Amino acid sequence: MTTTPDMTNIDELINKRLEELLPQKLEALLQAREEAKTPSLAIIATKGTLDWGYPPFILASTAAALGWDVTIFFTFYGLQLVKKDLSDLKVSPLGNPGMPMKMPFGPDWFRGLNWNIPNIIQAGVPGFENLATALMQQTIKNNGVAGLEELRELSLEAGVKFSVCQMTVELFGFDHNDFVEGMDYVGAASFLPVAQVADVTLFI
Amino acid sequence: MNFDKELDARGLNCPLPILRAKKALGELTSGQVLRILATDPGSVKDFVAFAKQTGNELLSSAENNKEFEFYIKRK
Repeated sequence: MTTTPDMTNIDELINKRLEELLPQKLEALLQAREEAKTPSLAIIATKGTLDWGYPPFILASTAAALGWDVTIFFTFYGLQLVKKDLSDLKVSPLGNPGMPMKMPFGPDWFRGLNWNIPNIIQAGVPGFENLATALMQQTIKNNGVAGLEELRELSLEAGVKFSVCQMTVELFGFDHNDFVEGMDYVGAASFLPVAQVADVTLFI
Repeated sequence: MNFDKELDARGLNCPLPILRAKKALGELTSGQVLRILATDPGSVKDFVAFAKQTGNELLSSAENNKEFEFYIKRK
């Protein structure tokens, strides 16, 4: 007499065991794959002012320092950020109630004052933007915050890929000679596949 | 603590201490230690995250008199 279980029993046993083992195995495999993967970041940079130039370059250079693969796609006003000379980038407090207007010089009580200047004056006084830009530049210097060009240089050095939207280059009448070396001139069809596989995608 | 290289990041603000540290670590060999001085209060948590992400070990993190001192061992 044999005690061999019939086929139904064997199938049941196999199924039961697999249900116990498979999730553990899959979990371990997925975790190993996750750990082996290089994280990636894709940024769309669309703003061309001194203040809005910071987020793309800060995040890109830091991600690169963390060992991530990084691509920035510069389009529309973001093209200003890849021009050879960044010294003419401006910041506008006009219509921007979130921007504190504080003086970067003088005694502490004076520096602490927030100059609440009405839009009508900001819009009407010639050179107001230049004044605000100069104050912002001084504040940046006082706080040990890197210059935009330095952050851009560090990003490029660290291997951040710069993609530039060719359509907007033409739209705004720019020339490739206006921009720093090492740019990739592409269209939306080139950026989207990069964004598709990126872990983090930001529109700035 | 012994160290092989020192980085003075005092007066620098985010993200410069991290970027300079990454560069300085690149000039060391595996197992060597980098000492970093900083004044950016944000750098305390940033160096913890940096170490975790890059696999370089944060040996110690200390504050004295508004200055921060970090020791990181190159992976």
